[in-house]
Amino acid sequence: MTKSGFVIANLFRKRTRTILTLLSVIMAFLLFGLLQSVNTIFNSGGDFVGATRLFVQARVSFTSPLPISMLPKLEAIPGVGRVAYQQWFGGVWQENTPLIMFATDPLRYHDVYPEWVMPDAQWQAFEHTRTGMIAGKQIADQYGWKVGQKIPINSNIYPQKNGSKAWAFDLVGIFDGKDEEWKKRTNLAFIQQDYFDEANQFGIKGRTNFYILKLSDPARAEAVSKTVDAMFENSADETKTQTEKDFNISFVKQIGDIGLIVRWILFAVFFTLLLVVGNTMAQSVRERIPELAVLKTLGFSDRSVLGFVLAEAFALVLFGGLVGLLLASIAGAMVEKGTGGQFQLSLDGSVWLLGVLAIVLMSLAVGLLPALRARRLRIVDALAGR
Amino acid sequence: MLKQALAITGMSIRSIPERWAPSLVIVIGLAGVVAVFTALLAMARGFESTLKSTGRSDAALVLRGGSDAELNSGLDRDSVDLIKQLPGIARGPDGKPLASAEVMVIAELVRKDDVKSGANITVRGVEPAAFVLRPQLKIIAGRNFTPGLRELIVGSGVLRQFQGADIGKVVRMRGSEWTVVGEFASGDAHDSEMWADINVARSTFGRITSASSVLAALDGPDGLQKLKAAVAAEPRLSVDVMREQDYFSGQTKQFRKTIGFLAGVVTIIMGLGAVFAALNSMYAAVASRGKEIATLRAIGFRGVPVVTSVMIEALLLALAGGVLGALLAYLLFNNMSVSTLGQNFTQVVFSFKVTPQLVTQGLIIALVIGMIGGFMPALRAARLPVTTSLREQ
Repeated sequence: MTKSGFVIANLFRKRTRTILTLLSVIMAFLLFGLLQSVNTIFNSGGDFVGATRLFVQARVSFTSPLPISMLPKLEAIPGVGRVAYQQWFGGVWQENTPLIMFATDPLRYHDVYPEWVMPDAQWQAFEHTRTGMIAGKQIADQYGWKVGQKIPINSNIYPQKNGSKAWAFDLVGIFDGKDEEWKKRTNLAFIQQDYFDEANQFGIKGRTNFYILKLSDPARAEAVSKTVDAMFENSADETKTQTEKDFNISFVKQIGDIGLIVRWILFAVFFTLLLVVGNTMAQSVRERIPELAVLKTLGFSDRSVLGFVLAEAFALVLFGGLVGLLLASIAGAMVEKGTGGQFQLSLDGSVWLLGVLAIVLMSLAVGLLPALRARRLRIVDALAGR
Repeated sequence: MLKQALAITGMSIRSIPERWAPSLVIVIGLAGVVAVFTALLAMARGFESTLKSTGRSDAALVLRGGSDAELNSGLDRDSVDLIKQLPGIARGPDGKPLASAEVMVIAELVRKDDVKSGANITVRGVEPAAFVLRPQLKIIAGRNFTPGLRELIVGSGVLRQFQGADIGKVVRMRGSEWTVVGEFASGDAHDSEMWADINVARSTFGRITSASSVLAALDGPDGLQKLKAAVAAEPRLSVDVMREQDYFSGQTKQFRKTIGFLAGVVTIIMGLGAVFAALNSMYAAVASRGKEIATLRAIGFRGVPVVTSVMIEALLLALAGGVLGALLAYLLFNNMSVSTLGQNFTQVVFSFKVTPQLVTQGLIIALVIGMIGGFMPALRAARLPVTTSLREQ
């Protein structure tokens, strides 16, 4: 019998106990996988964006708009390559599904966000169609929008000149992301700022919520932020400038400390698991003391007896952990599919990595004490049942 | 039969200390499940109770049509004047309509445990009637703002969670400086706001519209119908009228759904894990007492009392775990103050509320898990073949 065969055979000498323990481990890691990927959704805020863009908003809050007259001043700052802007539209699809929708200048936006992939003809159509709208692939797929359709959208903020909040836009393009990260974020839509300016009832021409500065030299992000904020200090339109990444992070933080909740739950789960598996391992070693003594009598070193017990713990946690993570992947993928990509719960590499780390730590935690006990056994005492 | 069951149960419970490890697994396992369940729902309950206690049933909130939240709403001066004169609105002792036009803007403050990320805080510009309409709101430190001056009073929730808004501090908004002169407490969602004089706020923030909303006291139980009818009959107005209480209660739905879903999924998965752990422990308990049970059977004890005793042991352990879990949730989280984004895209500060109802639900979950975990092992105990068990070492 090989060593690994011996370990597995030992594990299954009490089948019910091993299977039940395994199931507990599976449940714990299933939960770990799911919660950790929820955590990733909320905390990955900005790793994918890089630091080439700065967001300029009103210092008081990004809900207060800034005047469009700031544009030339921003463009003149050394280190700034191209400037785009976006104004929140308050779009609502059908009864009350809020949409992430902004009014923007098509050409500028295209230059600042090369990450969105769309045929040139559609970019041109967006530029030249006053009532034009472009939508991300996810949102278009979700609501079944096709290029060429007239899309009715309400605004919960802006009425048109005639007082009606029911707007309609011509969908002239559907964009996708350049890679996986960006593809996941195609849940937004854009309309033309010029048309919006002219057609809304309030006549709030020339205002926007955000300026997005694309830097010609990313190394100067810090300096450019300071220049912008200093430029408008003490004016009625004080600004707050931060990198796109920082903006995303603070935006998510507003929802609350999701990470903290996840950590508390996982702490409870793993603490419990530690006890469950630890108890199983301790029991199984206790029952086998005479056997372990026999092994030692046969010439197995203290070290290899320790190894056997640790290997058992590791095999138990590893198998349960991998199955649990696998189940979490399947469940996550199902949720993602079921919600049309709205809730991206599929486990990514980082969650698996953390999961494997948790498996190793957990096996050491539950296996070490019984293993040490097995190593310390004195043959005479153990055989005599003392 | 009952006597037999009691006798065996007594024996098994007295022997728990001798096999404490597996028993502890059940207790801790269930404590974990119940603590997580109770804490998560205590969060939802706290949010709900904060928003539900905000807003009276005898006051109406008027927003621009289709705007859903105060943030999106805007009313011009003519509309505000028109609304205040509508039938259905109660009048104050001075004979004027008891209504407050309010303007809502957002300012950013930094959380106490953060260094730079700003969080959105509601700044509400109010008319004097606002204080009459919200009698629960009391100034608890400092004084009220002086009309016409750039002064702020700050809700106690804001002071708890965010920095830079203590009394005496200066808050900068849109190139202007506002002095914090007082702290107020209302025990509801207004605790997460900062209040100022509407006229000063309007001019400083350069609002295009005159107000975000009008809050009006209703004139008797049919006031809302009268007001709604009057609004519908007035072609110059395109506004939504709702009971103030309904407006705030409506905001809890999404949060409740999200947390409820999270709590459900987590409790089911953790619960399953705990069931397996409980089964494991109870099987071990039965196995370790195999000889004892066989002896009892041999001297005439019946199967049912044996089943009962194992079940009772499992249930007692589960109950102990449940109580421990609820206690942990209570000690660690009850009244813990947190905040999240509300409907207006601003922070709502609220506290965890561990209610007796939640604790009861948690205990029921623990007992159900204990019952499932005890049943199969109990059956096995009753079916142990007497002769072989007696012979076993």
